[in-house]
Amino acid sequence: MTPSLLATAYITAGVLFIMSLKGLSHPETARRGNLFGAIGMCVAVLAVAIQVGLATSPYVIVAVLLAAAIGAVVASRVAMTAMPQLVALLHSFVGAAAVLVGLSNHLSPTAELVGAEATINHLETILGVFIGALTFTGSVVAWGKLQGVIRSKPLLLPGRHLLNAAMIIACVWLGVVVVGGGGPALPSLSALLIITAISGLLGIHLVMAIGGADMPVVVSMLNSYSGWAASAAGFMLSNDLLIITGALVGSSGAILSYIMCRAMNRSFISVILGGFGGEEGAAPAGGAVMEGEMVATSAEEVAELLRDAQSVIIVPGYGMAVAQAQHAVREIADILRSRKTQVRFAIHPVAGRLPGHMNVLLAEANIPYDIVLEMDEINEDFEKTDVVLVIGANDIVNPSALEDPSSPIAGMPVLPAWEAEACIVLKRGRGAGYAGVENPLFFKPKTRMLYGDAKKSVEAVLALLKA
Amino acid sequence: MKVGVPKEILPGERRVAATPDSVKKLIKLGFDVIVERNAGLAAGFDDASFAAAGATVADSATTWRGDIIIKVRPPIDAEVAGLTENQTLISYLYPAFSADLVTKLSSRRINALAMDQVPRITRAQKVDALSSMGNLSGYRAVIEAVNVMQRPLRGQSTAAGKIHPCRVLVIGAGVAGLAAIGAARALGAIVRAFDTRPAVKDQVASMGAEFLEVQIDEDGSGTGGYAKEMSPAFIAAEMALFAAQAKEVDIIVTTALIPGRRAPILITADMVASMKRGSVVVDLAAEQQGNCELTKPGEAVDVNGVTVIGYTDLPSRMAQQASTLYATNMVHLLTEMGGAEKFTLSETNDIIRPMTVLKAGELMWPPPKPAEKPEQVTPHAAKAKVQSAEHGPPVGGRMSAATRWGLLVVGLALLGIGFNAPPTFLTHFTVFVLACFIGYQVIWSVTPALHTPLMSVTNAISGIIVIGGMMQVSGTSAASLLGIAAIFLASINIVGGFLVTQRMLRMFHR
Repeated sequence: MTPSLLATAYITAGVLFIMSLKGLSHPETARRGNLFGAIGMCVAVLAVAIQVGLATSPYVIVAVLLAAAIGAVVASRVAMTAMPQLVALLHSFVGAAAVLVGLSNHLSPTAELVGAEATINHLETILGVFIGALTFTGSVVAWGKLQGVIRSKPLLLPGRHLLNAAMIIACVWLGVVVVGGGGPALPSLSALLIITAISGLLGIHLVMAIGGADMPVVVSMLNSYSGWAASAAGFMLSNDLLIITGALVGSSGAILSYIMCRAMNRSFISVILGGFGGEEGAAPAGGAVMEGEMVATSAEEVAELLRDAQSVIIVPGYGMAVAQAQHAVREIADILRSRKTQVRFAIHPVAGRLPGHMNVLLAEANIPYDIVLEMDEINEDFEKTDVVLVIGANDIVNPSALEDPSSPIAGMPVLPAWEAEACIVLKRGRGAGYAGVENPLFFKPKTRMLYGDAKKSVEAVLALLKA
Repeated sequence: MKVGVPKEILPGERRVAATPDSVKKLIKLGFDVIVERNAGLAAGFDDASFAAAGATVADSATTWRGDIIIKVRPPIDAEVAGLTENQTLISYLYPAFSADLVTKLSSRRINALAMDQVPRITRAQKVDALSSMGNLSGYRAVIEAVNVMQRPLRGQSTAAGKIHPCRVLVIGAGVAGLAAIGAARALGAIVRAFDTRPAVKDQVASMGAEFLEVQIDEDGSGTGGYAKEMSPAFIAAEMALFAAQAKEVDIIVTTALIPGRRAPILITADMVASMKRGSVVVDLAAEQQGNCELTKPGEAVDVNGVTVIGYTDLPSRMAQQASTLYATNMVHLLTEMGGAEKFTLSETNDIIRPMTVLKAGELMWPPPKPAEKPEQVTPHAAKAKVQSAEHGPPVGGRMSAATRWGLLVVGLALLGIGFNAPPTFLTHFTVFVLACFIGYQVIWSVTPALHTPLMSVTNAISGIIVIGGMMQVSGTSAASLLGIAAIFLASINIVGGFLVTQRMLRMFHR
């Protein structure tokens, strides 16, 4: 294959990837977009395979087929509630692959380089390995936290910021050693391996310090890193397609992180440095004294309210996903819709553990996407709504974010569930939200609390509505 | 512990203090409930339904022997005579106007709680019968007015000529006033409202009525959420306003009450005389002698073609709904008092204490004054800065200092690269920077609903690192093995990522 043909294959693949992302701007075009992406990938892989003479290599074919089988099985089996874990796991693979490619390149460079080019190539290798290892271990920890293997509370070591800084400085120093070609005491390969180990530790430490509900930011941040790692590998191998794709993925993750942070009114830095929602958060610095009391209600009353309502907004949160209540919720929505009640879902950007997670869960439960609205689309309609059903959400409907400047979540945009005629909160128990912030919504006179497992509560209401 | 629900014997009173639903809740609280025969009949609840809910249906004497007597109207003398020590009576008592009744009750050495003395605090709203009844009264006031009016409220243009919309003036925008505004608006009238408390202006506006103001700066908010009496200058200005309005409007609904006092006279005989024939005044303060000079409590009188309605039984005219609300207030009160198990007349409870008129015959009313309300924080100052959460790239105004310094650093870095880096690097660097910008533009156009598929598809395409692995494979060196491992991992990503994205996207449908 001529270099020109290879280059055109790269351009084709690059354009197809961009179109694949572009397709996601609307659910109608998204599936075609995904197909574009897959075609682009096939084009690129085939072109490179032919170029480097691997199309017939038995090892590679076995490796690819085996991996494809694993990937296919995982993709068809995974529960939609477990999507965050899967995404985190897949990030870790990209990170690991980037490390492997970097190390491999160090062992046998593709081209003999001298002078500034050699230096830059070393730098690219170090950068690729550094980001790759960080992504790998960070993603594994994120997976563990999401899966519940690792406790989701932030781990706060004393002097953790200093520790992080020390690790980064160590990597920089080792990097200088690698660029210098190493010495008798510390060969450059060993130095590179130590960099890998240290950046791996750094990844673990960074993610361990971040609380469970900040996971949307962490996962999208790791998404971004995996892109930058691919980009660094592209620089190292002088491969434009890797650079382009890495940059696309990198900016995608960065933008998602930005959206998530804005939805929590917190800076990216403060999320990354971690510690929120831990011991510090348990004793909120501010927070008004609650007036009023929480009034419990029964499934009967909820069913009656829903029966009388003209318009209903359902606010799902992570609690709904945990309880697997989305199918019962859909049945309620169906019954209400068949009675000509207007039913809509309001999705806060950080509801769930992954950007857009709630949308996927609701789609899985067969809820049409045109009644699932974003915060900005629906926030003005709350005051015209009869009943708001809050299912397993807490901080995203907390009025103190707007009313109480001393609240830890002050300034975070929230869904104003309290503006409706009636607000029913389905909640497991009486505790505060993840941020440890009391929620004045529960004490508002128009709010009624329905305690218990979200799924059981929803099913009880559903049974009454059917009757 | 037995709860007795007697039949209301005041003529025209159709309400009852319990419903079959509330009986069930009371039983859940641990009470035994005795309902007097036919107590709920006028409100649409027959004895069988009470019995089915678990209540004992009995005669009057048995009912009045309950440990707790819940009813609506204050007891009459014959009823008071039957009360004995340790009983608790909960009903309307109006202690400010009925010293006589309070003395008689006191001599029976009972506990008495007045449903008309519920404090105006958020926590007490579930017990507040004045609010729940006021809401119904306000609605009914409009309905009663419409009933005697000889024209519809809604304006219309017909082939037979134009129907002018009615003008309604509501004085006092409390619970009843707001309900009246809502009902009149729903029927199509043009509504104006007046209140001495400026704080209710927004509520009035939100109901779709015009808020009338006098040009004197005085705040009528008293303690405990009620209005207080105003200065003579203010009253003069207010009366002038009403006089002017009286000539224009077709219906006046007055709801002005000052706790513990005679209701203020707001509509004089002269004003009524100035109203158009066929107009209606509905006086919701009739029970406290009325806001209109010509009101006859309990009656509707015709004064030169203007009807002045002074019914005192408006909630009772909707006895079924009124009873349901009142009974629910009662259940909440008994829950607040501890249910059957821990039933106490707490002197520290901020709802129970103000309602307690008698404790074991001892006069507890009026309660100590509530503390002056603290200076209210203006909501504007308290509002935290909320960032715009619109979807789309952040739109900046002026550049911040940090942005400017950042741009300078970027510029210097580019200069450094330009001086030192080899040309091959720069070609790749160009591609990289442009790709970042394309990514930035494309990703912002992704709908937030598809952010999870976005992550999984970017996952799949970042599996492009597979080609990096392929370039490293040659022979069986260590480097090749590492390359094959990379190919393996990246392939899982590619296949898994695309397939799971496809699976997710298939679920999205209209």
